Amino acid sequence: MRIVVVGYGPTAHRLVETLTDRRFTGTITVIGEEPRPAYDRVALTSYLTDASLSDLTYPAPEGLTAVRLADRVDSIDRDRRVVTTASGHEEPYDVLVLATGSAPFVPPVPGAGRAFVYRTIDDLDAIRAASAGAASGVVVGGGLLGLEAADALRGLGLSTHVVEMGGRLMPRQVDEGGGSVLRGHIERLGLAVHTGTGLNRIEEDRVVLADGTEIDAGVVVFSAGIRPRDELARQAGLPVGERGGVVVDQGMRTADPAIYAVGECALVGGMVYGLVAPCFTMAEVAADRILGGSAEFTGGDLSAKLKLLGVDVASFGQLSGALDVTYMDPVGGVYKKLFISDDARTLLGGICVGDAAPYSLLRPLVGRELTAQPSDLLFAGSGAGLSEADFPDDAQVCSCNNVTKGEISTAITGLGLTDVAGVKKCTRAGTSCGSCVPALASILASEGVVLSKALCEHFDHSRPELFDIVRVRGITTFSQLIAEHGKGRGCDICKPAVASILASLNGGHVLEGEQAALQDTNDHFLANIQKNGTYSVVPRIPGGEITPEKLIVIGEVARDFGLYTKITGGQRIDLFGARVEELPKIWKRLVDAGFESGHAYGKALRTVKSCVGSTWCRYGVQDAVGMAIALELRYRGLRSPHKIKAAVSGCARECAEARGKDFGVIATENGWNLYVGGNGGFKPRHADLLASDLTDEELVRTIDRFLMFYIRTADRLQRTAAWVQGVGLDYLRAVIMNDSLGICADLDAGMERHVAGYFDEWAATVEDPDKLRRFVSFVNAPDTPDPSIVFEAERDQIKPVLVEVTRA
Amino acid sequence: MTIIQQNPATRSSIREAWVPICAYTDLLPERGAAALVAGHQVAVFRTFDGRLFAVGNRDPFSGAYVISRGIVGTRGEEPVVAAPMHKQPFSLVTGVCLDDPATAIPTYPIRVVNGTVEVSAA
Ligand code: SRM
Ligand SMILES: Cc1cc2nc3c(=O)[nH]c(=O)nc-3n(C[C@H](O)[C@H](O)[C@H](O)COP(=O)(O)OP(=O)(O)OC[C@H]3O[C@@H](n4cnc5c(N)ncnc54)[C@H](O)[C@@H]3O)c2cc1C
Ligand code: SF4
Ligand code: FES
Repeated sequence: MRIVVVGYGPTAHRLVETLTDRRFTGTITVIGEEPRPAYDRVALTSYLTDASLSDLTYPAPEGLTAVRLADRVDSIDRDRRVVTTASGHEEPYDVLVLATGSAPFVPPVPGAGRAFVYRTIDDLDAIRAASAGAASGVVVGGGLLGLEAADALRGLGLSTHVVEMGGRLMPRQVDEGGGSVLRGHIERLGLAVHTGTGLNRIEEDRVVLADGTEIDAGVVVFSAGIRPRDELARQAGLPVGERGGVVVDQGMRTADPAIYAVGECALVGGMVYGLVAPCFTMAEVAADRILGGSAEFTGGDLSAKLKLLGVDVASFGQLSGALDVTYMDPVGGVYKKLFISDDARTLLGGICVGDAAPYSLLRPLVGRELTAQPSDLLFAGSGAGLSEADFPDDAQVCSCNNVTKGEISTAITGLGLTDVAGVKKCTRAGTSCGSCVPALASILASEGVVLSKALCEHFDHSRPELFDIVRVRGITTFSQLIAEHGKGRGCDICKPAVASILASLNGGHVLEGEQAALQDTNDHFLANIQKNGTYSVVPRIPGGEITPEKLIVIGEVARDFGLYTKITGGQRIDLFGARVEELPKIWKRLVDAGFESGHAYGKALRTVKSCVGSTWCRYGVQDAVGMAIALELRYRGLRSPHKIKAAVSGCARECAEARGKDFGVIATENGWNLYVGGNGGFKPRHADLLASDLTDEELVRTIDRFLMFYIRTADRLQRTAAWVQGVGLDYLRAVIMNDSLGICADLDAGMERHVAGYFDEWAATVEDPDKLRRFVSFVNAPDTPDPSIVFEAERDQIKPVLVEVTRA
Repeated sequence: MTIIQQNPATRSSIREAWVPICAYTDLLPERGAAALVAGHQVAVFRTFDGRLFAVGNRDPFSGAYVISRGIVGTRGEEPVVAAPMHKQPFSLVTGVCLDDPATAIPTYPIRVVNGTVEVSAA
């Protein structure tokens, strides 16, 4: 059998995948108009922020015989069973499936040709390009998609307006009360909202509303609804609905038994579905029918959750009912309403704004008898009793992929799954819109799987939680923290983590008092331990710039103490092979010559690499060395969850490899571009652009906030790369550039305290007899060097003689 | 003479040859120090509750003499030191590696006499 699928969107992909999974043996040919294979359109917006095209692209199903991309099917010859494409290609079929989706509706207003739509990767590329030269944007349409598009424009740096013809935002999902609370949230994000008025016309650089309001608009995006793409069906003489959509029966078959229609182009049971979950169900029904089954499409879940960072909005089930219970807190921005059957026994649906916690919990209970007081259900998810664990087995947990509680529980126990990633992989739940992921976690928990955020056996808290405890309670010692918030006496995991938190919050010398006992070996000796028990010495060389005099001092010290020297990958010099009792003597000489600790041993700022920049380089557009030195001096000594590395390049040629760093600065004609969240190491990742064309002051302020926010909220040993991916670039921008949490003043103050409180750890140590006491090989023989340390010669320098390892 | 602490297991030993190491107050709580005792490198620890422990300074996993520089803490009820090189936890009481019971470091009797820490490594 030859199956031909027209359109290569999510629905087509699901169809092909289902056929393959069910061992279909014929050929499958997909013809798609877009120049790329199917990708996750639901996650489209992330393409503007942190996802690459390859992140969004679905894996190619094995059973696919042929794919024609960038070609459109223009006609169907039902008699010959052949489709013809725009390029003139003919493809014969035995079974034809239309999965042509829908197109954004563009209202016929004057100037509409200037506007963009928000549907494909190409649309987003065009919007991004246009936004580069624009200051403001207007999105027409205040529904789910319109708000998502508006938030994206804001993320692109435009001052953004939303115009909604209806009386409130998201008119299809929320009611009057929910709409007013929602509006408050949207306005707090920095978006301007105009409701109850339509668009009159679009002019060169502004739009004019029906009520006469004029808004500057460099970019205009339509998100005023979608229209099914049924033109092929019309051409082929197949019935279509009055308002569009290819008419199909419950088996997804059109009037022609050889032609099916699935997804957003299909009109089934009098409805066109604009959400991905019902589209996937249609694909599965059609696949079953093609394979001879008798599956039926009996309606789809219209639950929806807004994917806007920082605003929780969700609706599910039926949005009317005989009885309703409402909770409203205008100050806190929370509005919740549940609809209940007239006998007050069955949950019909609900709306949540500002707190979507009940959404994933209650959605699966729609249509079922209530297990709790309606008023208790309003607070479901906030610790008030009800949890996913209480669901009946046939309750649907993941509506995108139609996975029930029972299937998830069986997979967890049967396959021994231990985390959310495993459940996603084995059941597909949670892999589309992601809104059921919290439910997956609680079902795992109810099956006895402990998803622990505990730092170690001594603390049930994560590092960010401990950070807040220490900060809010003003705790200054590990003893107090573990006595009041932990158990036992700590270990090599929690002690250094707490040492770092105390250092970040309270400053002071890391070897002062009780803190000294918390430090890892490296911090304890302010040097890096090597395989034979000796240490390395890395003086700071800010920006990699060093005078001949200082180079000579390093050479002399290395020679006098017989140390191995090597240029590091961080543009400085490492001296290896020092015994503990030599460290203070070595550092005394270095400190006297003006060197200070390079913190190579600490979870702290390491280096800020530079390239030569505009001072010497014929391409340089800014002083990269000067900026690197300024940044390294500003952040030196800053203790953090993991090490921090940075670099400054003088132009886009990027010789300092700034995009491989935790924060990287690249000069532009107009200032500096700031990239964050890169690293090398085990899992290399390029840093993402956080902000462009910053002045010196803006650059420093943005990095200040980035670092302080990271220090406060990252996990133990989490580099910025993983942290940035976790919090998301948009959220990061909102917090540190638009102060969405109102904490910037606090972050700024934290960094000011660090800068003002900085002192060189090694200079302070060589002056302090108390701290020097620990730098001996043996307490009872301070002048005896460790006899186990032996070197041999290699290429005119020392190397450790390998110690033989024999175990008891 | 005041004996603050003496490991019960060694009380009856006749081969004890006590060597003074340092003042009790020279040891930082929850930190170790290395000592040379009759040709052996010994790691001496003072835990948070004032107890003393002496174990071999050699890390059997790396071969380096660094156990005294490890972080001291507890695993369950057991006082432990984590080897600084690759973090294997050793019991300060028995010397056994808790993650690999086939591997152990020696333990030595330790006591305080008139404020001076003494170790026996005969
Ligand atoms: C000396 C040096 C290698 C060299 O000879 O060039 C080096 C040496 C060590 N690196 Fe490195 N790294 C050195 C540059 C790098 C670089 C390149 C760079 O900084 O430009 C990278 C990749 C970039 C990055 O970090 O993103 C690098 C990625 C690592 C990693 C992997 C980090 C990760 O996130 O995956 C580790 C392991 C860790 O930190 O947990 C590591 C850990 C280490 C340690 C600390 C391992 C250890 O615990 O003993 C090494 C001891 C240094 C010492 O004794 O002084 N080193 N290391 C470089 C010192 C740079 C400096 O001046 O401070
Ligand atoms: C920004 C955004 C956010 C969204 N968020 C959500 C969400 O959170 N939850 C949710 O449930 N849904 C969401 N949706 C809707 C969801 O993406 C759609 O329901 C889903 O994409 C429908 O899939 P489809 O394959 O039926 O149609 P489409 O995705 O439209 O795919 C149809 C494909 O067919 C191609 N095509 C059309 N005609 C032809 C032809 N004649 N020849 C060849 N190719 C043709 C089109 O170019 C297109 O590539 C969102 C949509 C967008 C745009
Ligand atoms: S690459 Fe490995 S061996 Fe080389 S310096 Fe870095 S950590 Fe050490
Ligand atoms: S509900 Fe959308 S992924 Fe599960």
